[in-house]
Formats: sequence, structure tokens, C-alpha cells
Amino acid sequence: MTERIVIVGAGTGGIVLANNLAEELATEIDAGDIEVQLVNDGEDHVYKPTWLYVPFGEKTLADATRPLVDLVDDRIDLTIDRVDGVDTDDKTVSLAGAGVDESYDHLVLAMGAQVTPEETPGLAEGGHHFYGPEGAAALRDELAEFTEGHLVVSVVGVPHMCPVAPLEFALMADAWFRDRGLREDVDITYTYPIGRAHGIESVAEWAGPLMDDRDVEVETFFNAERVDPDTKTIHTVEGRELDYDLLVAIPPHDGSDLVREAGLGDDGWVDVDPNTLEARGADDVYALGDVADLPTSKAGSAAHYAAGALADRLASIARGERPTAEYDGKTVCFIESGTDEATYIAFDYEESPTPKPPSKLIHWSKLGYNRSYWLTARGVL
Amino acid sequence: MSETDERADVTVDAVGSSCPGPLMDLIGKMKSVESGTVVELLSSNEGTEKDLTEWTEQSGHELVDIVDHGDHQSYYVRKR
Repeated sequence: MTERIVIVGAGTGGIVLANNLAEELATEIDAGDIEVQLVNDGEDHVYKPTWLYVPFGEKTLADATRPLVDLVDDRIDLTIDRVDGVDTDDKTVSLAGAGVDESYDHLVLAMGAQVTPEETPGLAEGGHHFYGPEGAAALRDELAEFTEGHLVVSVVGVPHMCPVAPLEFALMADAWFRDRGLREDVDITYTYPIGRAHGIESVAEWAGPLMDDRDVEVETFFNAERVDPDTKTIHTVEGRELDYDLLVAIPPHDGSDLVREAGLGDDGWVDVDPNTLEARGADDVYALGDVADLPTSKAGSAAHYAAGALADRLASIARGERPTAEYDGKTVCFIESGTDEATYIAFDYEESPTPKPPSKLIHWSKLGYNRSYWLTARGVL
Repeated sequence: MSETDERADVTVDAVGSSCPGPLMDLIGKMKSVESGTVVELLSSNEGTEKDLTEWTEQSGHELVDIVDHGDHQSYYVRKR
């Protein structure tokens, strides 16, 4: 009888998992003993870190996407459809477009995170963001016209995708305005919800003096409650007000209604074992990447390494062997600290990160990785 | 176990969340409740007390009680 592995979502986690399984289980798939189905609600794979560069005119939206058919191994059954229900008792997922239920023996949820600016009153009307293609393009147009005034980079929601991106945006904006000879006419303020510039203490300790050196004002314990688009004012839970001319906000994020409705996580993130990635609410269900409630960053890097470990586990399980591979929380993140320099952090569940001194070499390594990312998606890197 | 006379109007369960998750869960709830509401935050994270103390001092919301349950704590915060 054929063993069916169904993966929902073809972001970094889903696609790396599918391609790794195709390689590890090639013999079994070719023999018809195992099927791997990858379901995605669009025809393209998206490399979201590209969006950070779009507002500064350094990348285009087209740079962020490739057709899935060009990236996914031929051994994978690629299905373009939206999964609108999961029944963990019957072990089925329902496909909205086809109107059918697909059975699974092993299910991997990898739908990522959604941005929900509408959760904060006035934010959608009064602010911009770079956490989606339309937002990044609109911000590019706005920045191109912005020659003076107060730019506020405000982290409204935590957790959010790519935890270092807000710092990167503030530092890149500083350098970008300097490069254009406009910095003296632009004030930049960066706000963060807790009492330091970043959730990870070592990153906050690194960023604080750097922001000071770049003349970027840092406001901590700053939690936007509502935005008034008419007066261009942010009102916070702490009772403070901050006026802006251009607001770049990191919107609140949400997991998935699918997760809530399936009883896999009340807050929309799948409650999983952090090492095995097995859902605690059902048998034979796993979660990968941003949708998993893991004590590490919601970042493609974490999804990439977790996908490698889960591929090893699932391949063992599908062969009837005892799985031994585990995800240790490994994450590696580049951090742009200007327009021509960057640093990086590497960490896991046990080891805290230590940012290295920024350099042009690391910046160019980051740009090189952006180009070679498509090899990661193919499961090569 | 400590005893408290404080009664929560709402409870936010963040047991098991790592820093700054518990504080963020509390702040998220504080956005949606009325002035005077007492929110109970359940947390097992050792950094929560320091974060929460600093945040309430800055924000003016009142940290009215802390109850130790052994493996986790209850923090009672009244919205100003």
C-alpha cells in the first residue's frame, strides 16, 4: 500500500522538505511505495527577503519569485490549490478548488505566517510595510518622493517574519538617505515593543550603539495601539504619542485559521515538539517554518534547516525505520547594516548569537546568497 | 503556593513561551480591554518579572500582584 506524505505550503520549508524527500526516497517513490504531494495556493515560490530591497530600488518584485514547476523535483506531485480544512481524525485535507478530500499518512503544515495590519486601527491606512509585494512596491514609490521629514520604523507585532529585518530597514534607510545627500533633512526613529532594540539581547546590545552612531532615535517599550492617518500620529498602549511623516510598520502577524480549526494551536501557530517538529495535538502531523510555534526565529533559514531534519525523520518513518534526526534550532541570518556592509548571526536552541563586526565582504556574501537561494529551494544547498 | 485576593477579569496563558513572548501576549491583550480591567498573565519564563516590572513602570499600568505557583507565576496587571 502506498504511503502518502502531504505537505501544505511551498515556501522555503515546504519546498526544501519536498525536494529533500524526493532525493532521499527516490527509489521508494519510483517504485510507487511512497507518494509525496506538495500543495500550494499559488503557482510561484516566493523568496520573501527580496522585499527588503524593493523599497530602495535594489531589487524588483519579479526577483522574488520563480515558478514552482521549475523548482520542484519531478517525483513530487505538485498541486496548485488551497487547503481549507484539516481533519486529523480521518487524516484528510480538503482542497478548496478541486472540492475533494485528500488522504494522508503523514501531514506537514508549512503555510507560513500572514501579516494582519488591519488588527491595529488606522495602521493599514496610515502606514506602509515591506512584508508583502504590494506593500513593498507602494513603499518604494513613497520613499522615492520622500526628501524630508520624520521616518518612523515601528515594530508593531512580535513575533514577525525575519526578526532582524526592521533593524536592517532602519540602517539601510539611514545609508540610503546619506547616499542621496538627504540625511540631514530626514529624522529616523525606530521603535520596539520591549525594553531594548531587539528581542535577542546580544543583537540589541550590538544594534543600540550602532543606531546611536547613525543618529537613529530608538524608542523602546513602544506598542502601537492605534494610528491616526489624518494627524499622522501613533498612539501607544503606554499612553505615548509619536508624530510621523512616513510610517514603515512591521504589522502584527497571525498563524492560520486552519490550525485553530484543526485544534492544533489556539493562537494559529502549531504547537510542536521543538526537536521532532511533531504536532502535540494529533498523530502523524508535523509543522515546519513560520507556522510552527518554535522557540527560534520566524525566518527562512530556520525553516531551511528544520526541513532538512524533518526530511531525514520522515524518510526514516516512511521506510519503517526509527527516526533519529532532530532539529536543534539552527538559524543563520545575515543583517544588512547599511547599503554596502552587513553582519550575520548564527545560533540554535542552546547557543546565543554574537553579531560579527559589519563588513563589505559579508554584504556581498548576502547578495551572493540571494542569487544562489534558488539552489536552496531546489534542495541543493 | 502564595495566596492573593486579586481576581482577574481575563487570563493570558503564556506558560512555556520564551522571552519576550509572555510580555507581548499581555500587551496584545491590554490593547483590547477596557480601562480598569485586571489581566492575569501566566508565565514560566524567568525574564518576565523584570520585563513586566519595567514595562508597567513606563506605561503606568499597575502590576498589582505576583503569585508563585512553583512551576509558573501569575502576574496581575490592571489597565490604567
